[in-house]
Amino acid sequence: MTASSVEPTRRDFLYIATGTVGAVGAAAALVPLIAQMNPDASTIAAGAPVEVDLTPIAEGQVIKVFWRGAPIFISHRTKKEIEAARSVNLSSLPDPQADEKRVKAGKDQWQVLIGICTHLGCIPLAHSGEYNGYFCPCHGSVYDTSGRIRQGPAPKNLPLPPYKFLSDSKIRIGEEDTAKV
Amino acid sequence: MSGHPNDALGPKAWPFNLKTDSGAPYEIPSYRPTNPVLRWLEYRLPLLSFAYSTAVSYPTPRNLNYWWTFGGILTFLLGAQIVTGIILVMHYTPHADMAFNSVEHIMRDVNYGWLLRYLHSNGASMFFVAVYIHMARGMYYGSYKEPREVLWILGVILYLLMMATGFLGYTLPWGQMSFWGATVITNFFSAIPLVGESVVSWLWGGYAIGNPTLQRFFSLHYLLPFVIVGVVVLHVWALHMVGQNNPTGVEPKTEKDTVAFTPYATIKDSFMMVCFCIVYAWFVFYVPNYLGHADNYIPANPAVTPTHIVPEWYYLPFYAILRAIPNKLLGVIALFGSIGILAFLPWLDTSRVRSANYRPLFRQFFWIFILVTVGLGWLGSKPAEGGYIIAARILTFYYFAHFLIILPVLGWVEKTKPLPNSISESILTPNRSAN
Repeated sequence: MTASSVEPTRRDFLYIATGTVGAVGAAAALVPLIAQMNPDASTIAAGAPVEVDLTPIAEGQVIKVFWRGAPIFISHRTKKEIEAARSVNLSSLPDPQADEKRVKAGKDQWQVLIGICTHLGCIPLAHSGEYNGYFCPCHGSVYDTSGRIRQGPAPKNLPLPPYKFLSDSKIRIGEEDTAKV
Repeated sequence: MSGHPNDALGPKAWPFNLKTDSGAPYEIPSYRPTNPVLRWLEYRLPLLSFAYSTAVSYPTPRNLNYWWTFGGILTFLLGAQIVTGIILVMHYTPHADMAFNSVEHIMRDVNYGWLLRYLHSNGASMFFVAVYIHMARGMYYGSYKEPREVLWILGVILYLLMMATGFLGYTLPWGQMSFWGATVITNFFSAIPLVGESVVSWLWGGYAIGNPTLQRFFSLHYLLPFVIVGVVVLHVWALHMVGQNNPTGVEPKTEKDTVAFTPYATIKDSFMMVCFCIVYAWFVFYVPNYLGHADNYIPANPAVTPTHIVPEWYYLPFYAILRAIPNKLLGVIALFGSIGILAFLPWLDTSRVRSANYRPLFRQFFWIFILVTVGLGWLGSKPAEGGYIIAARILTFYYFAHFLIILPVLGWVEKTKPLPNSISESILTPNRSAN
């Protein structure tokens, strides 16, 4: 065996080029192995928008419907609940957001929330907790009547699903209101 | 104890440095078959002589006590879980609409199905009982210290694999606790900044826990035990490289310090295994659901979270740590950190003396640590409110302080007792300094 020259040879280049192509190929082969775990076509199709008729929901009532396997809370809020949500000093909130930003304009009484605790995914109970909003029994997160986090380990407010009013008494969940600016 | 002979001599398996009583190098008695068929086999694959020199004539420290029998018990339990698990799969249906009923079918219709399922579900609990004793023994006698660091880290990996396997298995009956336990645990990953939500959706195969989740969890629950078998092989290999620790923490020096694995260790292991199986059988036959949750006999309902959601008992201390931290991301980091920190134990413990028998201060802190961990477990089973949270925060702080403050400092300040010159001296001299 003679000592190889310091200068890279054509053979070195071929080794490195072959190895690189092989590594890229192996990485590409991983794509389907990993991507197969993402939501499949039927799951995505089953996540189509749902329409909900609001007329049977009495004032003060919270109903639960399902969209994409997730519970959606539809709350018909009372005047008192709206007032409670709007009289809060925003800077005192962990995730500050005005109640007006969490409902559609002119539909202050209707609040639509994804009913999944932002901590670890349990379903909070309506009309409970210190703020008479939502309370998660799993780890004690407390939300107010606007679904904003007030106490406990959850980091964020209850998220809002995309939805729009089709009429005064009908909404479609899963579709953003593009008309509104 | 620093500078193990292996470091200078290259990788040689124990007992390469053991001496006979006369001072000559020791050699493990090996098996020479006389039967011509066996001899034919022996020259082609030396299976019998390998088994003989690793499990029969293999020298073990002569002072091993009953705490050293749990490795064997864990091996037995791994085998038992695999056998009962393979049988359960013959009758179980991994589908969100059918899983719950197929488990009831196993309980009511399948011959001895109730027995096999209770053996498997309680076997998981017994597995954790045994592994916690095994880990506590390692911590008490300093079995993680040089040159056994890799052996210990492989053990931590095995423990993590066990936790994953246990969690995946618990989701399969698709009851309320299965469903919501899976929801909470998978949501740990939603704490990851930026990509958390995508990661969780990828784990679920949907926008919520559902049938795709159940099917992949089933696949992985079947896979992981065999991964565990593979890591156990590495664990035992690493053990055979460095030899077993023992209650004195002093390495065996001469043949007099050892006894043959068979009959001494095999019989001792077997006896303890029988005692352990009595406990196991008591759970299976008398209180088979004591360690489970009644809520898991309610079919999974994505619309209702059980009012009091708790994981299986063996995760409770870590669950308490998660809930003690008021911030989601930090809570999840603390939970994984409380397990991951074990891997660094060989370097966090700065004492040169292995066994707690010769470390009077460490021995007290060890028992405080055990009490703190049990206390965290108890708090994990309580609702997350008021005084329970405050207590959990204090104990969580102590848990980490044990590893990050107490152990490093103890190594410097502790005045240890004099070590015996050898294992045989510690046993044969009437006036033992330890204990």
